[in-house]
Amino acid sequence: MPHIVCCVKQVPDPEAPASQFKVDEAAKKVLPIPGIQPVPSQFDTIGVEAALRVKDKVADTTITILTLGPDAYRDTIKHCLAMGADEGVHINDPALNEADHWATAEILAAAIKKIEPVDLIICGRQAVDWDMGVVGSTLAELMGFPVITIAKEVQMEGGKVTAERVLLDGFETVEAPTPCVVTVSNELGEPRYPQLRQIMQAAKTEVKTLTASDLGIDGAKNRINLEALFVPETAVDTEFIEADSAKEAGEQLAVRLREAKLI
Amino acid sequence: MPSGVLVFGEAVEGGGELAPVTGELLGAAKSLGGPVTCVLLGAGVEGLAKECGALGADKVIVVDDEVLKDYQGDAYVHVGERICKEADPSVVLFGQTMTGRDMAPRLAARLGTAVAMDCVELSLDGEKLQASRSCYGGSARARYTINGMPQIATLRAKVFDPPERDDSRQAEVAKQSADVSADVIRTRIVSRRKEEVEGVRLEDAPVVVSGGRGLGGPEGFQPLEELAGILGGAVGATRAVCDMGWYPVAAQVGLTGKVVTPDLYIAVGISGASQHMAGISQVKNIVAINKDSEANIFQAARFGVVGDWKEVIPAFTEKVRELKAG
Repeated sequence: MPHIVCCVKQVPDPEAPASQFKVDEAAKKVLPIPGIQPVPSQFDTIGVEAALRVKDKVADTTITILTLGPDAYRDTIKHCLAMGADEGVHINDPALNEADHWATAEILAAAIKKIEPVDLIICGRQAVDWDMGVVGSTLAELMGFPVITIAKEVQMEGGKVTAERVLLDGFETVEAPTPCVVTVSNELGEPRYPQLRQIMQAAKTEVKTLTASDLGIDGAKNRINLEALFVPETAVDTEFIEADSAKEAGEQLAVRLREAKLI
Repeated sequence: MPSGVLVFGEAVEGGGELAPVTGELLGAAKSLGGPVTCVLLGAGVEGLAKECGALGADKVIVVDDEVLKDYQGDAYVHVGERICKEADPSVVLFGQTMTGRDMAPRLAARLGTAVAMDCVELSLDGEKLQASRSCYGGSARARYTINGMPQIATLRAKVFDPPERDDSRQAEVAKQSADVSADVIRTRIVSRRKEEVEGVRLEDAPVVVSGGRGLGGPEGFQPLEELAGILGGAVGATRAVCDMGWYPVAAQVGLTGKVVTPDLYIAVGISGASQHMAGISQVKNIVAINKDSEANIFQAARFGVVGDWKEVIPAFTEKVRELKAG
């Protein structure tokens, strides 16, 4: 029975208005925006979609959602279960909350070793908050698994994963023996949206919780230090072209660009 | 004691010349001080070692082998690990390219260290690398230090200046064999296909005309192509419209697409999501045309037109044609 583990993360809603984005420089943290709920990181739900497409073909596939984070991350697991995943595992321990990408990969690897055997681990290409894009491949190195990064299509069949990678000027099809890790990109397509019936069902699914001691680790062993976090200055004086009609504005824009020697 | 900076240079496909990112890496490495080693992995890349010297490398390590012809992570990471262990640098730099994205984190894991990805600013504070990068899709800037050696960073394209080229400079060239045994390679590249975008290459274009969701549909790109043609430029697109299939993925500008630095960037029907802004953060002259005067794109625009692109663009295009002809 094929087993896919999808690693997911929760992030502040990236669709929130940029004007409301604020940072606490002393604490080096992004401030939550009042009234706006955090959401599953989009590349991660695309990963769940990739797993579900495998399951659509091979029905006896089990999909486990794995996350590391505080209590609120439970909503993200529930969302992924409602999408159609089978099981949820929540690593939830205050001692692990400040994990960097290295420590995150190490903790996820420890958890995956608890729920092995696994055939395929899927991660988003990067989290949409820190945009680092390293947990998936670091996890692969820690597990000793091959990895295919930035994929737009994932198939698993007969002990082999075939994935199409997105290159800057094209695509590349790569094969890897299972078990392996694949990170997925937005070109894969929109993640499916849970139906009401699935949401109700997911609400009843029990989520397994793991702590640091369950995993035999004592805290997050970070390798990278966040020294400063701030909102960069981006003030640009915009010259708005004012005209009586959009047509005239278009013409005046051309004239102004010529005057500025830009065309 | 680790010392010096080691950069993983890149050649363009086919190995005929250095990719521009190599110069940028060497420029960044030089600015940190200390000896600079440039590593070239590939097939048919040996002839490029001299070029690395002219661009400031003190030493060039060349591994020219058929097995490294196309980027294959298992092979590249294996060779890179060996080179880093032997050279024992304090800092290792990659471009934030397809190679750097895949290779740098894996190499970091194997060397027992960490990596800061997609950096836009680097400095050395004693032995400590201070690496700054965008996060939250460009809304915030974070500065990192790394515990462990070497300190690895990937650099965003077109942010760092290449050094003045000096053809009289000569680097010491060391050739190595790849020595990649079959059991190292676990993944297999089955096929590759190029997605050609006609006309001027987006990365090199002096003018880029980009379209977003505000175009309303794929047909909205046709007038943009016409405008780009008159301006000798290329057409770009936001992630949203590429995801909807309105325009080829190869034209995607932004965090998960390409970084562009044209002299003029014309954003049509683009709201300015931070993911898109990350691809144009180095552009000085942004023109924004959008119906919504509150659109984020205007924050970064030098010129703005609030209006319906369907009316603005044809009039603008005609006037540009007239001015160009005159």
